[in-house]
Amino acid sequence: MTSRELAAPPDALARANGYEAPPPRVGFFTDTSVCIGCKACEVACKEWNHVPDDGLDLLGMSFDNTGMLGANSWRHVAFVEQPRPVGRQDAGLAGLPTGPSGLAHTSEVVEARLRSAPRGGSELGTTPLPTAPGGGAPHVVQDLGMPTFSRPGDTSGPETRTDFRWLMESDVCKHCTEAGCLDVCPTGALFRTEFGTVVVQQDVCNGCGYCVSACPYGVIDRRPDDGRAQKCTLCYDRLHDGLTPACAKACPTESIQFGPLDELRERADRRLAELHGQGVDEAELYGRDPDDGVGGHGALFLLLDKPEVYGLPPAPVVPTRFAPQIWRRVGAAAASFALAAIGAFASTAVGNRR
Amino acid sequence: MNGAHDPHPGGPRRAGPEPAAGPAADVASYYGRPVLKSPVWEWGTAAYLFTGGLAAGTAVVAAGADLQGAVRLRRACWLGSFGALLASVGLLIDDLGRPERFHHMLRVAKPTSPMSIGTWLLTAFGPGVGAAAVWELLPVRWRSARPARLLRALSRGIGLASAATAPGVATYTAALLAQTAVPGWSEVRGALPFVFAGSAAASGGGFGMLAAPLDEAAPARAFAAVGAAGELVASRVMERRMGLIREVYHQGAAGRCRRGAELLTVAGLAGALLTAKRSRAGAAASGIALLSGSALQRFGVFEAGVASTKDPRYVVVPQRERLDAAARDRGALSS
Ligand code: SF4
Ligand code: SF4
Repeated sequence: MTSRELAAPPDALARANGYEAPPPRVGFFTDTSVCIGCKACEVACKEWNHVPDDGLDLLGMSFDNTGMLGANSWRHVAFVEQPRPVGRQDAGLAGLPTGPSGLAHTSEVVEARLRSAPRGGSELGTTPLPTAPGGGAPHVVQDLGMPTFSRPGDTSGPETRTDFRWLMESDVCKHCTEAGCLDVCPTGALFRTEFGTVVVQQDVCNGCGYCVSACPYGVIDRRPDDGRAQKCTLCYDRLHDGLTPACAKACPTESIQFGPLDELRERADRRLAELHGQGVDEAELYGRDPDDGVGGHGALFLLLDKPEVYGLPPAPVVPTRFAPQIWRRVGAAAASFALAAIGAFASTAVGNRR
Repeated sequence: MNGAHDPHPGGPRRAGPEPAAGPAADVASYYGRPVLKSPVWEWGTAAYLFTGGLAAGTAVVAAGADLQGAVRLRRACWLGSFGALLASVGLLIDDLGRPERFHHMLRVAKPTSPMSIGTWLLTAFGPGVGAAAVWELLPVRWRSARPARLLRALSRGIGLASAATAPGVATYTAALLAQTAVPGWSEVRGALPFVFAGSAAASGGGFGMLAAPLDEAAPARAFAAVGAAGELVASRVMERRMGLIREVYHQGAAGRCRRGAELLTVAGLAGALLTAKRSRAGAAASGIALLSGSALQRFGVFEAGVASTKDPRYVVVPQRERLDAAARDRGALSS
């Protein structure tokens, strides 16, 4: 623990937001090293929170047919297939460059579809992608490179077998300590709860869409048919009743752990040390550092590759940090604008008098 | 996408064709999927960037004309400002997911939200422009009546007060875009306020040149010329400072809009300096060129931002560079 953390009581964030005697800040620790990709979290979240489905879509991203967090996907399990072995099986792994998220062929097919989607595929998890790139004939059969249930090399012989590993990660809203979405919300719909989490009040949000562009993780989105912004609430209703959020409750491997944040941070540190001790040198914590660009996450992750391999930004910064600099520039520009106007009238007035 | 776009952004390079030059070569991503959400704002918000700037630009010209007694310039510009303001409000409300809840913006005043600040700026700016425009629309034969004279006194006062908030209205939209996670907007935060201020002045002055007679339009010409020149310089400075996102400002719709904006603004500036003093047609043509240049500038910047969210490279590359630089610094310190 850093000295700053030791100094800050576990309810500091809620206190700073005006709560008297709040409960300790809570969050998630998602340990991807034990995730089996069952998607129970996705399902439990949808059921508990009445998150609507967004149509059946086969994306071609391995077993991931959700694609991304969005208005209709508050948990998203990412599936990464890499021609690399896991941890101990090869101690030289940590020195390798960042790995790919999939095989070359699947990447190509997926990319073509992403490019022809109206929002570049960032609406994954909210609306299905167009069936055919360019909106052409919808019934063209595409080989999406879907995984099969036979082992690699089963049909061809051992000589074609390669090293291979799965990475699975259940992604969720980070409940940032400094939340870009919350800072820019002009209606006050987004607020900091007494648990230190970030929640949208559905009866207040008017769908201005500012939060969508202010989240450096691409989490929150507007639901097209509803017009309001939607994202993970960390099961605010369940927290009030002392219950564990639906996803953590449903997770069969305790890949998703729920609890007071300071406890989760300790657990994350211990798990990281354990994995490093086992030779999984590529394991890293994501969102653990309270001094990072968003002041640390309420939802921490243990990853087995670089964040960008899972579609996460490697070093995001909350846009609010730039606000002082931006407003100084805006002030100077506004002053120039006013001076230009005054100058224009003063000079012509002088010109007329002559 | 050009050759720099990598069809397998996920993978380390295999042997075979040369990898694309530049930082794209070893960018990892999740199946090439965007990291960010593309803005949900549609063309209405881009159009508002223009109409909001126009409302502010014409308001200061109208106020100046009022103080100097240039009646026709004043009238044209108050009406222009009011029209642009109405269009702005309409466009803004229309781009909401729940338009009937637009007044929820007035629940809070939040200094951390440029949109909240903008809402209150517009709330301060609007009534004066409206009152001034109502007076301008009053039939001449009613103007000597006592209530009309009262209205004139009132509308003059709050109209001039509106003009005092106009510089804020003209420039806050730069903060609105810059305080986002969108690389194409966030990374130009240094110069964008000046681009938008110049663009607003050019459109306000240009409108005055278009709508007022030559003998009254001198201040509008001067304002337009200074604004256009400022916009051109600021836009060049902005480009010079860009990193990887320069691509999105040069490619596709954004590139076309910005090239058109520069051409039209240069033409409008030349017209304002050379022909607009003598020829009514020349003044009108220059005014139209400046107005269209300003509008294209706004659409160009808007589209560049949208494009920058659709490719994970614009997010990942600068952040990875920052991380690597920090790691190098730490290494240098510890060794
Ligand atoms: S900024 Fe994004 S990740 Fe952070 S709390 Fe808001 S929606 Fe969640
Ligand atoms: S869309 Fe809703 S939650 Fe998001 S910033 Fe606007 S009002 Fe706030």
